[in-house]
Amino acid sequence: MIEVDAIIIGGGIVGASAALFLSKAGRRVALLERDFCGSHSSGVNYGGVRRQGRPLSQLPLSQQAHEIWSQLPQLLGIDGEYQRSGHLKLARSFNDLRALQDYAASSQGFGLDLQILDRDELRARFPWVGDVAVGASFCPDDGNANPRLVSPAFAQTARRHGAQVHEQCAVTAVEHDGQRFRVNTANGLELRAPWLLNCAGAWAGKLAEQFGEAVPMHAGHPAMLVTEPLPLVMNASTGVEGGGIYARQVTRGNCVLGGGQGFALDDARARPGQNAVLEILRQAVELYPFLEGAQAIRTWSGTEGYLPDRQPVIGHSGTQPGLLHGFGFAGAGFQIGPAVGQALTEIICSGASTTSLDAFSITRFHSISVA
Amino acid sequence: MSPVVIVGAGPAGIRAAQTLVAHGVRPILLDEAARGGGQIYRRQPANFKRSAVKLYGFEAHKASAIHQTIDDLHEQLDYRPDTLVWNAETAALDTLHDGRATRLEFSRVIVATGATDRVLPVPGWTLPGVYSLGAAQIALKFQGCAIGERVVFAGSGPLLYLVAYQYAKAGANVLAVLDSSPFSAQARALPGLLAQPATLAKGIYYRSWLTAHGIPVHQGASLIEINGEQRVQSLNWRNAKGSQHLECDAVAFAHGLRSETQLADLLGCEFTWNPLNRAWLPQRDSAGRSSIPEIYLAGDGAGIMGADAAEMAGERAALAVLEDSGYLIPPQRGNQLEHALNRIGSFRKGLEQAFAFPEDWAANAADHLIICRCEEVRAGEIRQVVREGHWEINRVKAHCRVGMGRCQGRMCGAAAAEIIACESQRGVSDIGRLRAQSPIKPLPFGLEVEP
Repeated sequence: MIEVDAIIIGGGIVGASAALFLSKAGRRVALLERDFCGSHSSGVNYGGVRRQGRPLSQLPLSQQAHEIWSQLPQLLGIDGEYQRSGHLKLARSFNDLRALQDYAASSQGFGLDLQILDRDELRARFPWVGDVAVGASFCPDDGNANPRLVSPAFAQTARRHGAQVHEQCAVTAVEHDGQRFRVNTANGLELRAPWLLNCAGAWAGKLAEQFGEAVPMHAGHPAMLVTEPLPLVMNASTGVEGGGIYARQVTRGNCVLGGGQGFALDDARARPGQNAVLEILRQAVELYPFLEGAQAIRTWSGTEGYLPDRQPVIGHSGTQPGLLHGFGFAGAGFQIGPAVGQALTEIICSGASTTSLDAFSITRFHSISVA
Repeated sequence: MSPVVIVGAGPAGIRAAQTLVAHGVRPILLDEAARGGGQIYRRQPANFKRSAVKLYGFEAHKASAIHQTIDDLHEQLDYRPDTLVWNAETAALDTLHDGRATRLEFSRVIVATGATDRVLPVPGWTLPGVYSLGAAQIALKFQGCAIGERVVFAGSGPLLYLVAYQYAKAGANVLAVLDSSPFSAQARALPGLLAQPATLAKGIYYRSWLTAHGIPVHQGASLIEINGEQRVQSLNWRNAKGSQHLECDAVAFAHGLRSETQLADLLGCEFTWNPLNRAWLPQRDSAGRSSIPEIYLAGDGAGIMGADAAEMAGERAALAVLEDSGYLIPPQRGNQLEHALNRIGSFRKGLEQAFAFPEDWAANAADHLIICRCEEVRAGEIRQVVREGHWEINRVKAHCRVGMGRCQGRMCGAAAAEIIACESQRGVSDIGRLRAQSPIKPLPFGLEVEP
């Protein structure tokens, strides 16, 4: 029997950062991961560390995350290839450019410092962008990082601060005995704690449902690919207004591109699929003509949870005291994840998070019947 | 009804096609190369005029028969050369031909994807002038050129002596053959090898020929390092008598072959560990049926058995396709093939004993040795990741990029697995399997997509 202050289910960036911050605050923590920490969405995502484009309701939390990211080497002991390259959101029509202008206006005061670029300014500053772009919005302090390194490092660092990290440790049973949660795992562990954190990503719905608050979450599988190393051209991470593809170039020259949806192989594994891959290749040469003739060497996908409003669930359970949720990031959890881990830590250590989590309450789904 | 598709036009794929055609089926035969034949019977370009005997030696009649077969089938099958299968999903293959991407649905598919050299790196292996044994052979057979003027062949496996012999026959100056397996292992392996006396005799012939022509053949000889500034200038090797130095301008080396299993993996076939091949291989029954009903496996791509076995396995898999499609096939031929394949299997066991895998390679690999040449990952970096607590090969890849580059681990995967297993003190079968990811080979931006 393992007695701890908090049991965290899910070793992605949210659960692992919660484990890290709780451990640093002196709490006894057990982090349970079915596979390997950071081996699913948190570790295989595109690697965008971006505030621009998020719903306004996420920006306070995203700003907090921005501060945590600036301290990454001190926090984790690695730089995680994090760089504030800037994030360039392209408009392919004047309508899209207007939408970017509107977002820049409404997000003023959140500290994003967005710069709207017209066609000439865009050409002058980012000559590698294709002619299909008529303008853009640039967020200078957004950037990108290597998720394969950063997300597992949160778990590794939590371990160094005393957290128990159990990998290949699937949870088989969870119950609350009136005082504590009791959790059993497939490899025979039995744990007890007054707090239970549901950070199980695309697989978090089952636990919520068990406590009588099912959510209408579905799994999605973003498609991604990477090129062979190319001469350094892209000096910003990019996206496109209205969706489509996103792309960045890492220091060793490989361009990472994403867009569209792949398909599930089973409950835990996904592939990008031929359709999405060919569509990325097609769109990429329009948006980034220098890629013509380059070669994609690898493709991949992951499994991510999406709620209908594309907003995450963060904070207290509406039905079970002691249960906290942090899941459903709709493919945009990498940047904000550490701040969510911190907010959940604040709830446990000081009764409430410093940033309001009202917009992300699970109770918004309580009245909806889930098919 | 979607067609029956064969992937790979080597000995397995061609015999499979012939068998299907003989029963009135018109298969699609996809070939990454420009002309059918595969690697071991790779054909020279159309305007080259060397004789089959000159190119293939003892195997000339087999090579000619395979080439003749595919030429004769020309009208009765849909042969698609220069076609890469870069991806597979349920019941469909994604191909690339001449800059054009096409999806090809199949009712059944025979995967005959062949093999490449198994490379265990040594310091200096990325210098110009260093080749794998298979590549050295292709240079000679296909392009009619040698890899250098003063050549050393090293490693182990039947290809070692064959390629050395072919080079010497072609007039190249072969300085030495360095066989890492000791003579004692080869003596112990003799009972198994006697299962195929003719093949054994050929092996002995190549070696005797080399010796008779004054080419030193050293056994129990390990290649230690390859030296040079801009290209190969010399190498160091070692045997029981000590270290030796040899000036040369080219080296070809490998330790046997490894199966090309990416396509079977993308198709969803179950894999099991095969101790003989020291590799994860797609499961198959004695007829070549995989774990998935529509997918069949034949030839070296499903386990190294050699070209003769590949011909038989291709025919057997095609008979299984026919049986499973409702054709009435008398069982005699299938049984006969399976029996013969079994016999070759025993011979294979002998070969593995004779050309034993150098179990101490990983322990002796220096930290600065480059394992993954695409991503320039050194043994020490892999070991560092293992020391941080990672042991599962896909996780190790995620952390240090080994196997993440252009070749997707096809060249370095076997060596990386040995390093990880050694450092984590686990069996090489206990560190997981490097998962295949599409594209199997690089896919260009700007390709045309067939609607």
